[in-house]
Amino acid sequence: MSLILILEQILNGLQFGVMLFLMAAGLTLVFGVMGLINLAHGALYMVGAFAAAIVAAWTGSFVLALVASLAAAAAAGALVELLVIRKLYDRDHLDQVLATFALILIFSEGTRWVFGSFPLFLDVPSYLSGPISLPGGIEYPLYRLTIIAIGLVVAAGLFWLIARTRIGIQIRAGESDREMIAALGVDISKLYTLVFALGAALAGLAGALVGAIQSVQVGMGEPVLILAFVVIVIGGIGSIKGAMVGALLVGLTDTLGGVFLPQLFGLFMEPASATSVGASLASMLIYILMAAILLVRPSGLYGGQH
Amino acid sequence: MTDMTDPAGAGQVLKVSDLSKSFGALQASKNISLDLRAGEIHALIGPNGAGKSTLIKQISGELRPDSGSVSLLGRPVDDLDRVARARMGLGRTFQISALAMEFTVLQNAVLGALGARGGVFRFLGNVMRDKALVAQAEHALERVGLLSDAKRRTADLSHGQRRQLEVAVALTLQPKLFLMDEPMAGLGAGGSQALTGFLDTLRHEAPILLVEHDMDAVFALADRISVLVYGEVIATGTTEEIRNNAEVQRAYLGEEEPV
Amino acid sequence: MNREKLLNAAVILLLLAIPLWAHMAEEPFLITLATKVAILALAGVGLNIALGIGGLVSLGHAAFFGIGGYAMGILAAHAQNYEPLAEWPMLIEGTNQMPVIWLVAVVASALAAFVIGALSLRTSGVYFIMITLAFGQMLYYFAISWTAYGGEDGLSIWVRNEFPGLNTLVPLEFFLICYVILCAALWFAARLARAPFGLALSAARQCEARVETVGITPYQLRLTAFVISGAITGLAGALFADLNRFVSPTMLSWHTSGEIMIFVIIGGVGRLFGPVIGAALFILLEHLLGGISDYWQIYLGGLLLIIVLYARGGVIGAISGREVAHD
Repeated sequence: MSLILILEQILNGLQFGVMLFLMAAGLTLVFGVMGLINLAHGALYMVGAFAAAIVAAWTGSFVLALVASLAAAAAAGALVELLVIRKLYDRDHLDQVLATFALILIFSEGTRWVFGSFPLFLDVPSYLSGPISLPGGIEYPLYRLTIIAIGLVVAAGLFWLIARTRIGIQIRAGESDREMIAALGVDISKLYTLVFALGAALAGLAGALVGAIQSVQVGMGEPVLILAFVVIVIGGIGSIKGAMVGALLVGLTDTLGGVFLPQLFGLFMEPASATSVGASLASMLIYILMAAILLVRPSGLYGGQH
Repeated sequence: MTDMTDPAGAGQVLKVSDLSKSFGALQASKNISLDLRAGEIHALIGPNGAGKSTLIKQISGELRPDSGSVSLLGRPVDDLDRVARARMGLGRTFQISALAMEFTVLQNAVLGALGARGGVFRFLGNVMRDKALVAQAEHALERVGLLSDAKRRTADLSHGQRRQLEVAVALTLQPKLFLMDEPMAGLGAGGSQALTGFLDTLRHEAPILLVEHDMDAVFALADRISVLVYGEVIATGTTEEIRNNAEVQRAYLGEEEPV
Repeated sequence: MNREKLLNAAVILLLLAIPLWAHMAEEPFLITLATKVAILALAGVGLNIALGIGGLVSLGHAAFFGIGGYAMGILAAHAQNYEPLAEWPMLIEGTNQMPVIWLVAVVASALAAFVIGALSLRTSGVYFIMITLAFGQMLYYFAISWTAYGGEDGLSIWVRNEFPGLNTLVPLEFFLICYVILCAALWFAARLARAPFGLALSAARQCEARVETVGITPYQLRLTAFVISGAITGLAGALFADLNRFVSPTMLSWHTSGEIMIFVIIGGVGRLFGPVIGAALFILLEHLLGGISDYWQIYLGGLLLIIVLYARGGVIGAISGREVAHD
């Protein structure tokens, strides 16, 4: 268990965390501003990945594929918001859960109908493939490093948007008092559609970026969605900062736990049992972390009034 | 502002000592002290934003004060939550009705009787056919004049009737004191008069700490009045004393005219 | 007799009549379908206690369904392999006797519901929904990694378990077992709703402040409801695994949680027979539409969406209108 291995795994954890942040940011924004819990967010991740795969196959350009993922996911998000989501703002959470669950069914089966069950291919572009040498003697895949970079840039952009722009002010005001901003003359419907589309775009981008490393197929968004929920519960629903902290925590815990727990158990168990016990525990680790945090802070680390 | 009418503090059902509470920079309660004695109606008045609701919530157990203490029936209750204080005998009505809207009037009243009697964790047996509970509930409804509406859905009741129902539910607990938050709010002239008459008779069963804006009701009912302005009690005394209090008149100038 | 009660009576009689007819007409497949309806309805009856009466939106109820299923799977697997579960501190052997399996399933699910509920009920609203979802997923991933009992591939049980005095291999007899259990659960749920506990639990859903000010602690009510609810759903899980002679992590997935919730909603949340009607409709859709199109879940999604947006009371609500207050 060398230092290099540890550092590599930390980078992997960061990469995972940053992608989780992109998912979680959208979820937590939508909840913070509109009070809506959206189970269909994973479907938007999938839409982004599919759009990227199609455009990449068609044009050969990875950059265009990423742009497509943003656009397609945003468009899908806006459409869904206009047709369905907007009817749910005044409903209770149960209705929102059910309606967005229904959307998952429609999106998933619809995608399967159009594209079939087999995965599409999205390749890492040649100029990003291969390892890059990092200080310390680490050879790390350039693409994963790029993902981390893109994720951090987007995160910074999001923080800037919220803190420095007029839209950001409206978003923050909307989070604290929904009725108030309507009274102040802000066009609520447009704001809501914009926020929803923004969240969708982030999810779509994450889907496209990850789709190049894993596969692009129906249902790819769901494991990520659940993790995103864990992230925002840990971080505090409605808080972008919480989403960042939560995402990094979850990403690192999951990655490092998955690698090191079996090794830890290997210290005093035979290899076969160690791997299975370690792997089992690792898969539950994030949820245990979530439960532990909630015991102490029932509203999450940065959660407030919701 | 010491209260000279009862310096010894005998017969105190509720005692609030030096209660303070801040929300960030805003100090909602500043060293508030007051008490409620057997057989009296003590009205709490003050302009909007004075911190009356915050004070009530600290007494009922919904909010924890930053400092100071609350005693019920001689015992400090600062460690007890809302449920425990209710069990001790604290009856409460809300400014915005807190009732189970899907239930019938009778069901809400039976809920109160159930809470008072205990035995909630019974899974068999039909609660609405429990003779003792229903009798207690019906008795309370009769006292507030809602017995004929027993089978109506709570959501269908008028504003004033919901108010009455809240009082009825509080009655089923046979409380030792009442905390009432603006019971007259939204009632028409007739409703206010009826409720005023009712509260007048109620005081002998259990004293009432009454938060109110309706000055007619306050002056008709109150034995003592405390005036809360910007989180502080600026005066406590009988109706006469308060009416003649210069500070109170100043605080109310432009808000409401004391009659 | 109001419309709802008539509908309920019709449904429960139909659920019995169809398999009886199918038995005589030698159409065992229909009996299997009816058995599925009864079992899924049972799972829904469990959820309905927490969700319909208590207002607890538990998106992780599959956890209990799966625990019940795995209780059956583990016990039966050890029985069929003649391997004891444990030899220390005392000999625990597997079993293929249904009553024992059911007891274990109920106790295990109740315990799990107690732990999950105790933690989750400290939160409310959206947090509660997400935490129950997360706990369900936790168990799902755990089951996948538990290769001793099949992991992702699941666990097959060769022969249906035994019930003293009956031949459980006969489809009708197994159906009758499930039907009787369903009826018992419905009876219990009905009594619960009318009992002091039901009144208080329902009140806590409608107005928490009111319950507290009459001196009742909502947390205790809800935890109790959650445990009862989990136990019933767990029993359904054991029966389901027995029906299919197979248990797999899918029983623990959030899709399963969502499906159980869907039956309850389509039938009518909070209505006694909501889960029964919902389960029947779901199975009907699965087999009728599923025969036509592989993508029938799109229609399920569409139906659910329509119900949520425009017909909130589900089927029972649409047919019999607003719920009559209990007398």
